[in-house]
Amino acid sequence: MITKMNHASIFVLDQDSAFDFYVNKLGFTVNTDADMGPGKRWLTVNPPNQPDLELTLMPIGTGMMFNDESAATMRELVKNGTFGFGAFECEDVRATYEELKSKGVEFSKPPTEEFWGWNALFKDDSGNWFSLGQKKQD
Amino acid sequence: MDQYPRQYMYMRAVRAKIFIDANFASAIDLNKIADEACFSKFHFVRLFKEIYGRTPHQYLTDVRIEKAKAYLEDGQTVAFACFKVGFDSISSFTGLFKRRTGQTPKQFQIAREEFRESVATAPLHHIPSCFAEKAGWVRTGTGSDRAAPAKSNLC
Repeated sequence: MITKMNHASIFVLDQDSAFDFYVNKLGFTVNTDADMGPGKRWLTVNPPNQPDLELTLMPIGTGMMFNDESAATMRELVKNGTFGFGAFECEDVRATYEELKSKGVEFSKPPTEEFWGWNALFKDDSGNWFSLGQKKQD
Repeated sequence: MDQYPRQYMYMRAVRAKIFIDANFASAIDLNKIADEACFSKFHFVRLFKEIYGRTPHQYLTDVRIEKAKAYLEDGQTVAFACFKVGFDSISSFTGLFKRRTGQTPKQFQIAREEFRESVATAPLHHIPSCFAEKAGWVRTGTGSDRAAPAKSNLC
């Protein structure tokens, strides 16, 4: 029986830039930052309050999962905003929206009231989009 | 407070949070934060708690503890971290730190040093083996043919 997820990957165009986005703008915590040899780095971050979920900031390059052609294709797809890699929760979408916007985070959908709560959509520095949600209080 | 548009109130509460984020090390008090947000103290505390689930004072303490962790991770002394983030007593800082994190500042620092050492000397212990194999960081195979143990329980 599966009990939980402990790693998930976000494909990014540049790990240094992704580090800045996820740590300095979103406020995530660095979990593991390992030098794996020339040009190779294993970088994972934790969303706040989720120390047991590591998000791997996976560079799109030839080698690990891609050949030259598939890496180039993947980079284009990510840049064009093809992928939505997940949904984050926050205490208050409208306040988080204002704060992240002031830090330069790009939103494709402002906070919108849904039947279940509030929702907004933002992009990371690579082009991946994420949902930002807040469930209605009971 | 209710005569102002909601969006306007949010902007002010967010501004207050950002003020705390930037000035956590100063001797700021609630009145100063409320002034910064142009609120009465009562309305400010109510709205801040509604938005962030914590009072401004609780949030300020959380920020200070997180910043203290960063100093401790950088190898600074407990006293340095304590005073640098705005606490004025090492014993009360230590007690608060332990209540929030379950570890004393020194225990936290030692644990993080050990973790970083482990990442530096045996990174494959921290990487799921399926990723390590894909990257060519370990040889596939069994027993002595394997270059190093990775987080094999993870995939």
